[in-house]
Amino acid sequence: MTVKVASEWLNSCSGCEISILDMGERLLDVLKVAEFVHIPALIDHKYFGQLGNGKHIQIPKADVGLISGAIRNEEHLEVAQEMRKSCDLIIALGTCATHGGIPALSNSYTSEALLDRYYHTETTDVPDAYPDRNIPPLLDACYALDEKIKVDLYLPGCPPHPDHIFSALTALVAGKAPDLPQKSVCDTCPTRREGKGQLKALRRFLQAPQYGGPSEPLDKMRCFLEQGILCMGPVTRAGCGGNGIVPRCISARVPCRGCYGPVMQDGNQRLDMLNALASNGIELSSLPESVSLLRFSGAHHLLRPAGKRKES
Amino acid sequence: MSEVITIQPITRIEGHASISIALDDAGNVSDANVNIMSLRGFEKFIEGKPAEEVPRLVSRICGICPWMHHLAANKAVDRCFGVTPPHAGGKLRELMQTIAHAEDKLLHFFFLAAPDFVIGPDSDYAVRNVIGIVKSNPELAVKVVKMRQMVKMILDKYSKKTIHPIAGVVGGFSKPMLEEERKEILEQMQEVLDFSLFTIEFAKKDVFPKYIEAIQSLGVIKTGFIGTVDDDGALNLYDGKIRLMKPDGSFTDFDVADYTDYLGEQVLPFSYGKFPYAKFWNEGFSLDLENPKGIYRSNTLARINAADKMATPKAQAELEEFRTQFGRPAQGTLLYHYARLIEEVYACERAIEILKDPQITDPNVRAKVEVCAGRGVGSVEAPRGTLIHDYSTDENGLITRANMIVGTTHNLGPINMSVNQAARALIQNGHVDEGILNRIEMAVRAYDP
Repeated sequence: MTVKVASEWLNSCSGCEISILDMGERLLDVLKVAEFVHIPALIDHKYFGQLGNGKHIQIPKADVGLISGAIRNEEHLEVAQEMRKSCDLIIALGTCATHGGIPALSNSYTSEALLDRYYHTETTDVPDAYPDRNIPPLLDACYALDEKIKVDLYLPGCPPHPDHIFSALTALVAGKAPDLPQKSVCDTCPTRREGKGQLKALRRFLQAPQYGGPSEPLDKMRCFLEQGILCMGPVTRAGCGGNGIVPRCISARVPCRGCYGPVMQDGNQRLDMLNALASNGIELSSLPESVSLLRFSGAHHLLRPAGKRKES
Repeated sequence: MSEVITIQPITRIEGHASISIALDDAGNVSDANVNIMSLRGFEKFIEGKPAEEVPRLVSRICGICPWMHHLAANKAVDRCFGVTPPHAGGKLRELMQTIAHAEDKLLHFFFLAAPDFVIGPDSDYAVRNVIGIVKSNPELAVKVVKMRQMVKMILDKYSKKTIHPIAGVVGGFSKPMLEEERKEILEQMQEVLDFSLFTIEFAKKDVFPKYIEAIQSLGVIKTGFIGTVDDDGALNLYDGKIRLMKPDGSFTDFDVADYTDYLGEQVLPFSYGKFPYAKFWNEGFSLDLENPKGIYRSNTLARINAADKMATPKAQAELEEFRTQFGRPAQGTLLYHYARLIEEVYACERAIEILKDPQITDPNVRAKVEVCAGRGVGSVEAPRGTLIHDYSTDENGLITRANMIVGTTHNLGPINMSVNQAARALIQNGHVDEGILNRIEMAVRAYDP
C-alpha cells in the first residue's frame, strides 16, 4: 500500500526537512511506499493554483501531514488549518512544532519589540513605517501547533533524528503506531555518575569538561552536572542519538541544552531543572539567567513578555 | 482588466517567499515583487543570553547552513571575549565549514535546481522535482543520494551533530581529531572531489550548453558583487577581508569589523526581509532595472567574480575556463549554478588541504575563556553569501546588542530585480502559462535563497 504525504514548514529553519533527506538511501525506500503530494522544499505545488489566480490556499488531500515549525504569523495559521482539513493525520515534526523551539524565545518580547529592534539596527535606514504589503501580519506570540490545531503524533527534536522519521513513516504505512523514545537524555547517557557531591554552584561552559584525552571512551568521563556544568539531560526527552541512542551533544563532550523538549509532552523544562538543581543543593543564583532553560519549549505561554507573566 | 498573479510559495528554495506580479490593462507587467514572508526576531531575543550559548541558538536561523551561523557566531563571541582559538581548533572549524559547503552545493544543484534543467522548465510540475529525477534517471539519482549522504555523514560522525552543530565552542572546538578519523575523512573527501569533477564535467557537457540562451537572458541584471578574499586576493570561504566590487569590476577591500561604514540596509513595504546596499558607494539605493543604485550580489557567482583567483589548482583551472567564456565580472544570473560547481571543486580541494595539515590532530583545540564586556564582529562566507554576526556583551558576558546580515539578504534587491526583468520579458499581452511562471521562479532559484 502507498500513503499520500503532504509536508509544510511554518516558523522554521528547514532543518527538519533536511533531516528527512538525511535518511539517505532509506529515503528511496520511503518513496516506494509514500507519495509526496505537497512539499514546498522539493515540489512545485502552489497554494493558489499553478497559474497563481486562485483565491484561497489549497493543499491536496493526504493521509499524513508533516508540519515543522511553530505558528508565528497569519499565513502559518492559515496553512496549518488547511493542512488539518486536508490530512487525516497530523504529525508535529520537530521541537518548533511540538513546543515552539528556539524561535519561541521571542515570546519574552512583544511583536512590536522584535520589529523595533530589527528595523533599528546600526546598519538599517529606519523607515517611516514597517512593511505591511503582501506579507502576513505577525500573531502576538509564537505558538506550538497544538495551541491552534489538533495534533495526532508528536515527533520532537531539533531536528528529529532521521532514524525516528524513518520509523514513524514506515510504521504509519504499515498501519501501526510508531515506537518513539519516552525516557530522558540522562537515562540514555553513558557518562559516569558518582551520586550527590559537595557541589554548591554551576560554572558556565567556558572550558572543556575534565576527561582523560581524545580517545577515552565516553563512559569514563564524569557526568557534566557532577562536574558543575549545566546539562539539561535530566529534563529532556531522549532520542537525539537515534537508534545509536548515545546523546549527540554528550558524544561531542558538550552538555545537553534540551533540544528534544520536556520528557513529558506537557512538562516544563525550566521548572523541572530548577527543582532538580535546588534539590541537589545547588545555588540557583549561580545560573547567569534562566530563560535559556526554556529555549526549546517557550510556547504554551511558558515564556511571556515582562509585565505579562502569570507567574513571577 | 488589471490582474495580480501570486506565485506562492516559491518552491525548491530554502525559505518562505512569494512573488506578486501586477499586470496592467493590456496584460503587461506593471510591477513585480518578491515578498519575504516571515520574521523571527533573533536580533532581539538573543539579548540577555550568555554569549557562549549564542552559537547554539543562532544556528537555528537556517537548518541548511547551520554551520555558517554557528561559526560566524563563535568568531564574534571569541572577539567579544578577546580570545583566539589554538591552531587546530581554528582549522577544525574551517574543515567543518568547508565540508558543509561541499554538501550544500550538491544539495542545491541536484535536489533543488536540477529538475528545471534535467526534467525541463516547461514539464509538468508533478514530475519536475528530485522525485521525478529518481524515476527518470535512477542511476544518477542513486549516485547523488549516496554521495550527498556520505558528505553529510562525515560531518555527522565526526562533529556528532550537524543539523544544528554544537562542536564549535567559544575559544575553539569541542573535540580534537584522532589520526584514524583524519585518514578516513581524507579518503572520503578524495572521493567527493572526484564526484565534484564528474559533476562539473556533466554540467558543462550536458546541461549548460542547452540553456545558453537562457543564461544570456533570464533574470540578467548588472550589479556589483561581495565576497571574502585572502591577502593575495584568492577566494576564501572561512576568513579574510571583505571585497566589495562595483559593476565595472573595480573594488575596495575592508575588515569586517568596519562593515557598518560600507553596508546599509533599506526597508521596503512588501518584504519583512531588509535590503542591504553598498552605502560606501554614496549613490543611494535603487532597484531600477536600467539604473540600479547601491546594488551588489552575494553567493557563488559574486565570490568567483570578486576573487582574483582560486587558491587550489583544479578550481583555478575551472575558473580560468569560466572567465574565458563569460569574463569578469560575469553578470548572467543562471551562471550562479556554474559558479556553484566551481566552488564545489574548491571546497573539496580545500578540505583535503586542511586534512593534510600535520597539526590538525593536535589535541589542543580550545583556549581558556573568561567573560568580559566587549564587542565582536565575526563573518564567514555562507553558501548564500557573506554572513556577518555583530554582538556586544556586558561585564557578565551576556549579550546586550546584536546585529546580523545574513547571506541571502544581500541578494534580496537583486532577486527582486531579476524577477522584474524576467517577468517583463516573459509575460506579454496577458499570456501566462506554467512554464513562464516556472522560468520566473528559476530566476529566483539561481540565487538559492
